[in-house]
Amino acid sequence: MALSLVQPEFEIERDLSKCISCQVCVRQCSSGVHEYDKESGVIYSDGAKCVGCHRCESMCPTGALKIKEIKSQFMANHNWTGEHLRNIYRQADSGRVILTGMGCDKPYTIYWDRILFNASQVTNPSIDPLREPMEIKTFIGRKPDNLEFEVKGSSKNKAVRLKTKLYPQMELSTPIMFSAMSYGSISLNACSALAAAASESGTYYNTGEGGWHKDLYKYARNTIVQVASGRYGVDVDYLNRGAAVEIKIGQGAKPGIGGHLPGGKVSGDISDTRMIPEGTDAISPAPHHDIYSIEDLSQLVHALKVATNWSRPVGVKVAAVHNIAPIASGIVRAGADFIAIDGLRGGTGAAPQVIRDNVGIPVELAIASVDRRLREEKIRHKASIIAGGSIRSSGDVVKAIALGADAVYIGTAALVALGCHLCQKCYTGKCNWGIATQDPSLTRRLNPETGSRRLTNLLNSWSLEIKEMLGGAGINAIESLRGNREHLRGVGLTDRELKILGIKHAGEAW
Amino acid sequence: MSLFYRNKKEFPKFKIPSGCAVFGVIDESGKRFSGEIAMEGISVMHDRSNGLGGGFAAYGIYPQFDNNTVFHIIYDDIEAKRQTEDEIAENFDILLKEEIPTRKISKIKGPPLIFRYFLELKDDSLFYEDDDVSYNRIDKDRGTKEEDIIADFVMRVNGNIGGAYIISSGKNMGIFKGVGYPEDIGMFFKLDEYSGYLWTSHGRFPTNSVGWWGGAHPLGILDWSVVHNGEISSYGTNRRFVSGYGYECTLSTDTEVIACLFDLIVRKQKIDIGMIHWILSPPFWEEIENMTDENKKILKALRMFYGGALLNGPFSIIAGNTNYMYALNDRIKLRPLVAARKDSYLFISSEEAPIRKVCSSPDVIWRPDGGEPVIGKIRKIKKKSGSKKNNRGGYYGNEIKKLENSGSLVN
Repeated sequence: MALSLVQPEFEIERDLSKCISCQVCVRQCSSGVHEYDKESGVIYSDGAKCVGCHRCESMCPTGALKIKEIKSQFMANHNWTGEHLRNIYRQADSGRVILTGMGCDKPYTIYWDRILFNASQVTNPSIDPLREPMEIKTFIGRKPDNLEFEVKGSSKNKAVRLKTKLYPQMELSTPIMFSAMSYGSISLNACSALAAAASESGTYYNTGEGGWHKDLYKYARNTIVQVASGRYGVDVDYLNRGAAVEIKIGQGAKPGIGGHLPGGKVSGDISDTRMIPEGTDAISPAPHHDIYSIEDLSQLVHALKVATNWSRPVGVKVAAVHNIAPIASGIVRAGADFIAIDGLRGGTGAAPQVIRDNVGIPVELAIASVDRRLREEKIRHKASIIAGGSIRSSGDVVKAIALGADAVYIGTAALVALGCHLCQKCYTGKCNWGIATQDPSLTRRLNPETGSRRLTNLLNSWSLEIKEMLGGAGINAIESLRGNREHLRGVGLTDRELKILGIKHAGEAW
Repeated sequence: MSLFYRNKKEFPKFKIPSGCAVFGVIDESGKRFSGEIAMEGISVMHDRSNGLGGGFAAYGIYPQFDNNTVFHIIYDDIEAKRQTEDEIAENFDILLKEEIPTRKISKIKGPPLIFRYFLELKDDSLFYEDDDVSYNRIDKDRGTKEEDIIADFVMRVNGNIGGAYIISSGKNMGIFKGVGYPEDIGMFFKLDEYSGYLWTSHGRFPTNSVGWWGGAHPLGILDWSVVHNGEISSYGTNRRFVSGYGYECTLSTDTEVIACLFDLIVRKQKIDIGMIHWILSPPFWEEIENMTDENKKILKALRMFYGGALLNGPFSIIAGNTNYMYALNDRIKLRPLVAARKDSYLFISSEEAPIRKVCSSPDVIWRPDGGEPVIGKIRKIKKKSGSKKNNRGGYYGNEIKKLENSGSLVN
């Protein structure tokens, strides 16, 4: 076969003066980049196989390796970039759809980076979170239309009783949850780390659509169970064991697209968890085959509430698409207790690149328009909004909440805490960091306890940072940040963008 | 509908944070007394304001019209007045319309036109059934209660008619305010000649230097009036919360949203006044953890439901209402507030000195904690013979006598 026109994206620089030929790199690389030649005692590296995960570089005991992205392999061209050429060469070779992993990496405007948060000066004092209470407890779920109390007794000695029946809620000690990542798309060790960290931090993780492994039942109080189009692992016990139910309609990385876990990965454990025969392809259809309209969604929401005896919040996850505001309104009216909105840059284990990079809208705009729409229709209290789709820092969390979200989902950020280097090759199943793989020799690289500690640390640091930002703005409860767009200012945004976001431009005072 | 087309001329499109002094006094027995006490009290805190705003809310001052809505309206010009009066005439029977009497004093410069109207809502007010697009804000579920219609009218005039601001819209009460030191504003409006059973007052120190008449405190909606020292850092959240119930904050000050919150929570949602502090300035979760199970349940429900009503940031407020004077601090008491009682009088002030000035030997004087409300309540509701609908205050016939009886509370 002729040499492929696809040229390597990476080159491996090995400093021979440092290399001791210990072969760590050889053993670490699941892509087979490094090869030890016994006869010459030299390690050869083939950059063409490299995915850029930096595992060997991180593990090399002498620091002899550098992975470098090859920049200048094509003639510079703003229109026909190297990526386009490479993709066309590949497709001309294969005739297939190009797959990718993680979230959209194209330079669409990242609104988080165009929004600035406020702080107190003089007219109101900032609050020091180390000295004063700073509250970030958050509730997710439907709120009643009003509260009624029964007040008895004299004014001096009043007995008050709550008459209104409240809807089931998720109670979060920090407004950050781990978004849906299925067992199958990630390893059981990664799932365990997420579950344990959610439990430790008083928040929630989400099973994703791959069922719920029995080893993780002990984290039931912190588990959101997902019902997706494939219905893998879903039965009445699954629904009732969890703390909340999420119907997955779509995800930001691939709106309108289903999923496919190849039969080769459906090993004993995964087949048990997904409740499908070993070795069969696990195909999640693009739509739910029982949801072709909003009325159908309403029926499923209702069915799930009945199945859980009205004791669990039932929410709906959708990808942020153009008509997200009316869609969200419909979802709330269909009875959902929360809406998870996954933005354009949300991650995935596998998606067609063309979908990931070209479909959907940034979550910042989606939050703003959904929050506004629900308020205009006076149904905002009926459902909480969870925003996901590339929350990269506590700053993004604060901005999301100020735009109107109740809490955020993090997926990619959590995986990065577990070691992910964003090489975007999750779909190969060869994740060198033991995350997006089922190969036992790779998954054992990720120790669930270490992973859980790292995730707990991440949530801790973000929570502390959120408190610092709240305190700086003179606010001591996160509910006073929610929808408080007065505390946001845009930089370098057009009038229309500002209008959609509902914020003023930097420099405009109130 | 003819109107509401002019652009706002001098209406600031920004919110003005405020510093300030607050002072309030109520006679819980419902007896009326002269505004001099409030003027004297607030004048002691001259240095807390900077001359860019002062004002008073007085309850029980219009006994002769005590069952009629009274609008106090500030006009920037005749055109605003004409438009507003057209609107009023279309929806209300006007029992009396007059310029609010003022003393011409050198310290108050360039006052706008200030009128008051004693009104009765017409039975066929167009607000009941008008389906014009611009009236869509009145939803069916809000009902057609008189108060709702009036509140909506006020918000629409303030929001839509350039240069007209209805600053007061309750019954048997009025808000008097303007640009100047509060004691001068009091003199200007001849408040020494009015008598009421509840007075609140405010001296303003806006951090943005624009002082305008409509932006001075108190801010009110229907019977509620609020004076406020501080800044509401949760303003954006609060405004969105009340907007969900049809309240439009039109005056660009954070205090207005507090008045809306009181009206919403107490009048419309019928939450007991004794629970309001659990909403506006609720206990911390760690305190809630130590409460009884029932209270824990209540607080959790309140904080969950009313998260958007929590007032965050430094504040001390005095809210006035036909039946109550209600004072509250933020949760961590970032603004001063002192309260005192003498006989049936309750005093509330930013500082102690003003209380001592008008009442040298109070029975008790204390500093309420953050989030701890001080509530003055009219205890006796006097029945009036001859009046069917009246609920508060004395007779007009007793006016002179009342005036004589009021006056200094010293000693």
